[in-house]
Amino acid sequence: MARTQENKMKILVDNIKFPLLSIFLAFIVGSVFILMTGNSPLNAYGALFGGSLGSMSRFGETLLKTTPLIFTGLSVAFAFRCGLFNIGAEGQFVMGSLFTVASAYIFRDLPGFLLIPVILACGAIGGGIWAAIPGFLKAKFGIHEVIVTIMLNYVSLFLSNFFVRTSLNPSNLQGTEVKAYSVMLLEKARLPLLSDIAPVFGSSSAHVGIFIAIFCAILVWFVLFKTTFGYEIRSVGNNPYGAEYGGISVAKNIISAMVVSGMLAGLAGATVVSGLTFKVDQASATPQYGFTGIAVALVGKNHPLGVLASALLFGILSNGARKMQIAGIPQEVVGIIQGVIIIFIAGEVILRYLPEFFKKLKTKKEVA
Amino acid sequence: MVALIIAIIASTLRLATPLIFASIGGVFTERSGVVNLALEGIMIMGAFAGILSMKFVDNPWIAVLFAMFVGVLTSLILGVLAIHGKADQVIAGTAINMLAASLSAYLLEMFWHRSGQTDPMRNTLTQNPDIFKPLEQIPVIGDLFRGLNPFVYLALLTVAVAYYVIFKTPFGLRIRAVGEHPRAADTVGINVYKIRYICVSISGALAGLAGASMSLGTISLFREGMTSGKGFIAIAAMIFGKWHPVGALLACLFFGFCESININAATLGLSSVPQEFLAMIPYIATILALAGVVGKAVAPKASGQPYEKDRR
Repeated sequence: MARTQENKMKILVDNIKFPLLSIFLAFIVGSVFILMTGNSPLNAYGALFGGSLGSMSRFGETLLKTTPLIFTGLSVAFAFRCGLFNIGAEGQFVMGSLFTVASAYIFRDLPGFLLIPVILACGAIGGGIWAAIPGFLKAKFGIHEVIVTIMLNYVSLFLSNFFVRTSLNPSNLQGTEVKAYSVMLLEKARLPLLSDIAPVFGSSSAHVGIFIAIFCAILVWFVLFKTTFGYEIRSVGNNPYGAEYGGISVAKNIISAMVVSGMLAGLAGATVVSGLTFKVDQASATPQYGFTGIAVALVGKNHPLGVLASALLFGILSNGARKMQIAGIPQEVVGIIQGVIIIFIAGEVILRYLPEFFKKLKTKKEVA
Repeated sequence: MVALIIAIIASTLRLATPLIFASIGGVFTERSGVVNLALEGIMIMGAFAGILSMKFVDNPWIAVLFAMFVGVLTSLILGVLAIHGKADQVIAGTAINMLAASLSAYLLEMFWHRSGQTDPMRNTLTQNPDIFKPLEQIPVIGDLFRGLNPFVYLALLTVAVAYYVIFKTPFGLRIRAVGEHPRAADTVGINVYKIRYICVSISGALAGLAGASMSLGTISLFREGMTSGKGFIAIAAMIFGKWHPVGALLACLFFGFCESININAATLGLSSVPQEFLAMIPYIATILALAGVVGKAVAPKASGQPYEKDRR
C-alpha cells in the first residue's frame, strides 16, 4: 500500500518536473527578448505578475482570461487522450459562440434560469457538430485530423462572419442599420458576475463561468479515469490495435472523443459570449483561445487537473501581457514565452538527457 | 473574355507560387521521414526577413537569400526537436508556428515601432523580370507574362529541380530510402540523421522563399498573419499530390485557381454569391480533396517517426 503511494508520488513529481523546468527556461528566454527592448526583465515580469495578481479585481480579470482556456485546454487534452490532435478547438470555439448567440435569440422568451443552460448547451452542441466532421473523416477514411481541423478553423470564421453579417445581424432581426456584430444577448441570458456574489472582485468582469469550467474539469477527470467510456478512449489513444483486438471500436471512440472535445471547445465560446462579449463580431482572424488551449493541454500533461493549473498560468500571462504593454514592453514577448514553453515540452527528451549529457562531458574532461 | 481568362491564369500562377515553394519543401522533409507542420511559421519568418532585409540593404535578391537563410534557421528548431529530440513532430511544428507568429510581431514592433504592418518597400520583385520582357510582345498571351513576377518562374524551376533530385540522383534515392525504411538505409551506410537534417534545411529554405514570394513578390510589405494558412494548404497540396513534386505542383495550381476565382468573383458575375462562401472554397476543396479525390494516398512509411539508432 505504502509502495503504491510512493510510486504515485514519483509519477506526480516526474509529471510536474519537466513542465515547471520548461516554464522556468521559457521565462529566461523571454527575459533575453525583454533586455533587447532596453527594459529590465525584473520590471517586466513585475508588471506582468503584478498586473494579473496584484489585487482582487486584477485577479478577477485573470480568472476571466483563464475560464475559456480551461475549456479549450480540456478540449485538446481529451482528444489527446484518444491519440487525436485537435488543432480545431479554435474553429469549434467560433461555432460554439455562433450557436450561443443564435440560440439566445431563438429562445429569447424563456425565463433566465432556463435560458442560460439552454444557450450553453447549444454552444456545446455547435462545437460538437463541428468536431464531428474531422472525427468522422478520420474514423471512416483515415484522413489525418490535423489538416482537416486547420481547414475547418478558416471555414468556421467565414461561416460565422456570414451569419453575423446577414441573418443574425441586428439590421435583420431588429431593424437597425447594418452593424459589424450580431444581435446582443438579452440581460437575462448573461452569466452573473463574480462581483455580484463576492463584491471583493470589484470592477473586474469575471463571471461564474469559472465555476462551470472547474466543474467540467472534474467531470472530465471522472469520465476519463473512472468510467468505461474513458477507459476505452484512453485504450484507443495508447494502442489502437490493442484496443481493437480487445473488442473496443476504434472508429466509434475516435468520433465520440472528437465530439466531446468539440463540445468543450464550444462551451468555451458559449461562456465567452454569455459572460463577456454578449455578441459575436465580424472578425478577420479567429480569437486564438483554441491555439492557446494546445499549450495549456501540453503543459498540463493532458490531465484535467494539470489543465486547471496551466490554464491559470496562461491566464496570468495573457492578462499580464497588456499591463506589460502599458509599461512599454511589447506584449508579443508573452507569445514568445508561450511558444518556447511548448518547444521545451515537445523537446522533453532533450531536457531529460541534459543531466546525463553534462555528466558525460564531465567524465570526458576528467579522462582528458 | 480572352483578357479575363488570361488575367485568371496569371493570378492563379501568382497565388500558387508560395504554395508551390512550401509544398515542395514539404515533399523533401516528408520523403525523408519528418512531418513539417512548421511550414506556416517558417513562411511568416521568411516573409518578415525579406522585408527586414530591404530596410537595410536595398537589394531584393539579397533579401530573398536572407529570407531563405532565416527559413533554414527556423526549420532547424524542428530538425533538432524531431531528429535528435525525438519529439512529437506535429506538436513541435505547432510550437514553431506559435513562436514564429509572436517573434515576427515582436521584431516588427522593435524595428518599425508599431504593430500590424511594416512600411511598404520600394524596388521589390513584383514586376515581370527584364529577361522575360520580350515574352510580353507575343500576341494574345503576351499579357499573361506581364502579370507574373520572378518568383513564378523560380517556383516552376524548383519543381523541375526537385523532381530531378528526388528521382534521378543518388542523393534522392537516399532521401527516399531514409523515409521508407531508415533502418535498412542505416545498414547500408546512409547517415539517416544527416539526410534528415539536410531535407529539413531544404524545406526551411523553400518555405522561407515562399514567405519572401508573398511579401517581396506581391504587397511589398509585411503584415501580421499575412500567410493566413497558406503553409497548411501547402501541406494539403503535398498530400493531394501524393508526395510527388509534379503532383504537388498541380494541386497548388488548383488551390491557386480557387483563390483566383474568389478574387475575380465580381468580374465573373458571381457577385450574388456571398463573399464568405467564395473565401471558403480553397479550404473546403482541401478537405474534399483529402476525403475523396486522393484515394488511398500512401505516405512515406517512416514519416513522422523519430529514428532511434540503437533500438532493435
